[in-house]
Amino acid sequence: MREEWNGFKGTHWRRDVNVRDFIQSNYAPYDGDESFLAGPTEATERLWGRVQELQAEERARGGVLECECEVVSGLTVYGPGYIDAEHPELERVVGLQTDKPLKRAFMPYGGIRMAQQAAETYGYHVNDKFDKIFNEYRKTHNQAVFDAYTPEMRAARHSHIITGLPDTYGRGRIVGDYRRVALYGIDFLVEQKRADLANCGDGTMTDDVIRLREEVADQIRALAGMKEMARAYGFDISRPAADAREAVQWLYFGYLAAIKTQNGAAMSVGRISTFLDIYLQRDLAAGRISEQEAQELIDHLVLKFRMVKFARIPSYNELFSGDPVWATLEVAGLGQDGRHMVTRTDFRFLHTLENMGPAPEPNLTVLYSRRLPEAFRAYASRISIRTSSVQYENDDVMRPVWGDDYSICCCVSATQTGKEMQFFGARANLAKCLLYAINGGKDEKFLDKRTGRHLQVGPELAPIQGEYLDYDEVMHKFDLMMDWLSGLYVNILNLIQYMHDKYYYEAAEMALIDTDVRRTFATGIAGFSHVVDSLSAIKYARVRCVRDEEGVATGFEVEGDFPRYGNDDDRADEIAVWLLRTFITKVRKHHTYRDSEPTTSILTITSNVVYGKATGALPDGREAFVPFAPGANPSYGAEKNGLLASLNSVAKLPYEYALDGISNTQTINPGALGHTEDERVRNLVSVMDGYFANGAHHLNVNVFGVEKLKDAMEHPERPEYANFTIRVSGYAVKFIDLTREQQLDVIARTCHDRM
Amino acid sequence: MAQGRIHSIETFGSVDGPGVRFVVFVQGCTLRCRYCHNADTWDASAGELADSTELLDRAERYRAYWGEEGGITVSGGEPLLQLDFLLALFGEAHERGISTCLDTALAPFTREPGWLARFDELMGATDLVLADLKHIDPARHEWLTGRGNANILDGLAHLDEIGQPVWVRHVLVPGVTDDDAYLARTAEFVSSLSNVERVEVLPYHTMGAYKWRELGLDYPLEGVEPPAPARIENAERILRATETRR
Repeated sequence: MREEWNGFKGTHWRRDVNVRDFIQSNYAPYDGDESFLAGPTEATERLWGRVQELQAEERARGGVLECECEVVSGLTVYGPGYIDAEHPELERVVGLQTDKPLKRAFMPYGGIRMAQQAAETYGYHVNDKFDKIFNEYRKTHNQAVFDAYTPEMRAARHSHIITGLPDTYGRGRIVGDYRRVALYGIDFLVEQKRADLANCGDGTMTDDVIRLREEVADQIRALAGMKEMARAYGFDISRPAADAREAVQWLYFGYLAAIKTQNGAAMSVGRISTFLDIYLQRDLAAGRISEQEAQELIDHLVLKFRMVKFARIPSYNELFSGDPVWATLEVAGLGQDGRHMVTRTDFRFLHTLENMGPAPEPNLTVLYSRRLPEAFRAYASRISIRTSSVQYENDDVMRPVWGDDYSICCCVSATQTGKEMQFFGARANLAKCLLYAINGGKDEKFLDKRTGRHLQVGPELAPIQGEYLDYDEVMHKFDLMMDWLSGLYVNILNLIQYMHDKYYYEAAEMALIDTDVRRTFATGIAGFSHVVDSLSAIKYARVRCVRDEEGVATGFEVEGDFPRYGNDDDRADEIAVWLLRTFITKVRKHHTYRDSEPTTSILTITSNVVYGKATGALPDGREAFVPFAPGANPSYGAEKNGLLASLNSVAKLPYEYALDGISNTQTINPGALGHTEDERVRNLVSVMDGYFANGAHHLNVNVFGVEKLKDAMEHPERPEYANFTIRVSGYAVKFIDLTREQQLDVIARTCHDRM
Repeated sequence: MAQGRIHSIETFGSVDGPGVRFVVFVQGCTLRCRYCHNADTWDASAGELADSTELLDRAERYRAYWGEEGGITVSGGEPLLQLDFLLALFGEAHERGISTCLDTALAPFTREPGWLARFDELMGATDLVLADLKHIDPARHEWLTGRGNANILDGLAHLDEIGQPVWVRHVLVPGVTDDDAYLARTAEFVSSLSNVERVEVLPYHTMGAYKWRELGLDYPLEGVEPPAPARIENAERILRATETRR
């Protein structure tokens, strides 16, 4: 047996790559409270202080500290980099994306034009030689996608009925099982991949065999690159990690390989807390480290996750505001044998928000169940109340689908760690689709450049003629228009994923995932609440169309009242369930690339602002070109019966219809949560116990009042707002890093306050 | 089953009794508190009629959120103006195993035998009374609310006699109720009771002022600011010493 594994139990994981078996055989559930935790060390405070200085400098320079212009990012293109080059000894966990902290790498494979633009935006100019290399000698993902797009696809993209597509940036959302680097070391992983390659195909060279053989060869090359990358920092990761510090470091090298080679929209870390706890407890039990040193390792690892950066273009920042990378990291959850998976290290990760203050990254996610120990639920609640930096996802609905070793691969989407990958596919604008149903496929906003008339984007179905909208007629047309949209959408994604595999393959991440990988195909919905309320208005009130000279409905007048989604009123909520089920059913009808399994989501990140801007007035009374409600949230101002009625409405959406996630963001004034902090903690636990027991999927919890937001918007320079973090749809963001438009949008959303 | 006149529902009440509670705000009040933040509940003929059984059906949709402590609270307005409705609502709530909490200023309290018998019956179905003691001084009470406080203090004494668990709530208004001498008198009175489990100091806020303007009324406390944290701590120190720990 390898000596690095001394003291570890279990057998399966020794023979095959099986991290789950290692965890289940070795972890120790912890039922106690947070009293054992240790504060920050001097080294932690010095490093975090330095990073905050750099972040302030970055903000002062308009959002970017420095851009690489000379070197194409890769595993081995830089020597070692440190937060403080004069004091590398302070860092217990080493490794930067480039040679300097917060310096953004040059990553052209997703699209050379975007990489150049991103640098130009911040005053840098990429060496001109790359222009020739990536336009003449080597094609990028972006160029390939646009080569193959049909005119219909381009029009749908232009009108924002399908938008946010990963055709100009990395698709992300692939979580390598970075734990494998620590548990097995690179050499064992290479051995396994070589065996896979030897067994890949019987010699008959079909498309899929050729493609897979090439991919596995790329993976093996990436593993070799990881070894070399680590060697630059003085570590030999060919063998397994021998102690906790090495385990943390090896794991981070695995993740570092991912973020050096991909600028995906989401670059998640995965479910690592229970795994790392096994190493930390082994060293603690042997007296090799103290609790303070254990916490320091976790603090320094989290510090690294707080520093992940990519160079982005302005239109990307509008979609995903505040420079997020979704370094999503999960804690807690239950095992299949009924034991909870809370360990001391789950506490240690949450504790980083106290030791180093609130921060948007890593995107800390609690896999929640009423059956988690009470002390842990209370601690997580307390951290939420103090920092608004934690999100919650229902382990009781995810575990039956994904098992007990899944990770969250973006904001809220689950994926089996090391077993699955996801094809990320943005979202379809169903609110605009409803308008197309009414207007016969003509876009209500965008004009045909040639004729100056409304652009025909969808099929030229007969538009609805009546002055008042008839529910049955609208439903019929909407059904037809959704048929068209879902088909077009799936095919756009098939094309994008094909090209991404071909031109921007994630070799480093896929090297840490089983070769026989299961793939999901993630679609999504934008404008959800507005479609539900619009259909409810047409059904229960009278909606009059206001048409322009071309006969396109550009405004609506509602006569009478109607039930709205967000009030626990089944009349509206049943429309919501119908809409979700109908859409995913239509998506499932189509062939998906590499036989991936189609899923959908109701989450919009901050793109609810951009989608809303491109969409005309709606029958629910929403004005033209204003933001949609985010994710699965009810519309602004719709909630009339308090927080729990709103939560019940969202909880009615079956997770099985939206396996990619149903995101809900709620803001509660501290005064409305209880008189004292202890009361607030208990009440927040009750809210989550109830919400998740009712079958809901996800909750972002913000605890602050609107006054604080307004003050932070007016006085972003005040030190107390430098790290003021809020949860938006599926991630956390520093409030002062949002655009003013998005700040106003956040302020406009419902804050549950005391009557 | 009975009908009550309802102002509104809050599904997430977390500051009106223990835990997370479904709060029914009833319509109608005889007091005219100068700081009232629900002035729109005064008119006893406004609001909507609601059926007690249907209200409980609706409340039970939130049972999963109540945990060990939560349940329903009736607030207002003044709930005791609708005794028959409360009897039906709380009686059936107890049959369903739902914790009940009554938020009242006790202004309708009287020892008139017919009324008192029904009140005592209601107390049999009430787990906790949140008693809003507006002011300890009779004259100041009348200035503040339009009515004296003799029957209110008597009502609190009666709740003690029958052993009804009570939380006393006291709104702290600068210049009106936060005078140390008044606070000491309030503390002295509450100490004489053996059923007060908790005293809650509720800092005055101005969030209800807009409702006065909507009703076409002048807001009487215009210009009065919420109390400073030090004054809140002071009031809590004086008043919370009187709590009876169980």
